[in-house]
Amino acid sequence: MRITVDADRCVGAGQCVLSAPEVFDQDEDGLVTLLMTPGAEEEAKARLASGLCPSRAITVHED
Amino acid sequence: MTLSDPLVVDFPLRKPGVPFPPPGYAGYREHEGLVLSHLPNGDRVWLVTRHEDVRAVLTDPKISSNPEHKGFPNVGVSLGVPKQTQIPGWFVGMDSPEHDRFRKALIPEFTVRRVRAMRPAIEETVDRCIDALLASGDSGDLIADFALPIPSLVISSLLGVPPGDRDFFESRTRTLISIRDSTEEQRTAAAKDLLRYVNRLVSIKEKWRGDDLISRLLATGSIATHELPGVLMLLLIAGHETTANNIGLGVVTLLMNPQWIGDDRAVEETLRFHSVADLVSLRVAVEDVEIAGQLVKAGEGIVPLVAAANHDENAFECPHMFDPSRSARHHVAFGYGVHQCLGQNLVRIEMEIAYRKLFERIPTLELAVPVDGLAVKTDGVLYGLHELPVRW
Repeated sequence: MRITVDADRCVGAGQCVLSAPEVFDQDEDGLVTLLMTPGAEEEAKARLASGLCPSRAITVHED
Repeated sequence: MTLSDPLVVDFPLRKPGVPFPPPGYAGYREHEGLVLSHLPNGDRVWLVTRHEDVRAVLTDPKISSNPEHKGFPNVGVSLGVPKQTQIPGWFVGMDSPEHDRFRKALIPEFTVRRVRAMRPAIEETVDRCIDALLASGDSGDLIADFALPIPSLVISSLLGVPPGDRDFFESRTRTLISIRDSTEEQRTAAAKDLLRYVNRLVSIKEKWRGDDLISRLLATGSIATHELPGVLMLLLIAGHETTANNIGLGVVTLLMNPQWIGDDRAVEETLRFHSVADLVSLRVAVEDVEIAGQLVKAGEGIVPLVAAANHDENAFECPHMFDPSRSARHHVAFGYGVHQCLGQNLVRIEMEIAYRKLFERIPTLELAVPVDGLAVKTDGVLYGLHELPVRW
């Protein structure tokens, strides 16, 4: 599993940081940044974050 | 896809004595396609009641938030600010990309990190409200003396309203949202007072910058000075009564379900369960678009009912149950798409601190009237309580 984020689409709702703080952060502009590639322990939370993102700025790649 | 004739229903304005969300919503969700209704002014609109359809509407680029478009739903009740779209900077009424400049400028003010840093100040505000309640005797109204002042004081502090002006600020915002207890003229006057006040505040901050949102926006310059008052009014209105209604309804629900007192998960479930902003996310199709197999033509109004979506059995198991142990984060109480509530993480913290401190400091808190005697708001777009009489 691989994650990509699109800061241009981000609307700063912060849902990803609440769901998976190990994987996602907000930079100084409040936009999504990726902290790590989720390992087995973070996968479910990262998927939740992707599903919750209101602007679909987080994509999960199953490869 | 061919659909049978759409179901036509009364527009879902709240009525005294009818529970919320209205039991009728469940039937709307079962009907294929969308549900047709008529606004009080006679215009026809599509009601959207399923969770996945509400999300689809709120992210479709063929669907607009701009009330200037022909066919935009006019539900006949407002939050009290007349002609909102004529105020520059009223960016909830804009679409991308015009909207995005405002949103991006404000995002840093409401990040998870930033609102967590506001926690000590919010705790102090909540404590002061409880001090005042306790000092006043052994009973009170939690809407007037707790739920309304907390968000007003928090937003005052965020905007940099000097402490000496906060009573003025609070009284005008209270008039603005008191649809039952004020006249149209009084609300218009209060809106003018507030607009004049925020204009003055911006001029003061231009000369004397401080550690506040207005000063930071002036420093970055991404929002023009003439647009700032509209942005500030929007933050004020979006964050006040919505938060207050959630605090009030949450306290009642916790009193009815005391096993959840002290469990912070009650915050998210309160947001879902009560969905106070059912009629807020109004839209209009600007091109022909298909939603749930239903053709919505350009110029037709769309009303996504977030309370209906948040009680959709396909999205939430036993949705009529107040169950904070469920995973409720995918609710659409804050809307969805690029307009999803900017202040949502601030609201969550305000609610959490309000519930926790209230029940910790007043463990004998109880309703002073029967729960079915509480006066429910039926006169504005937001669901909530007019009063919440309690004793301890």
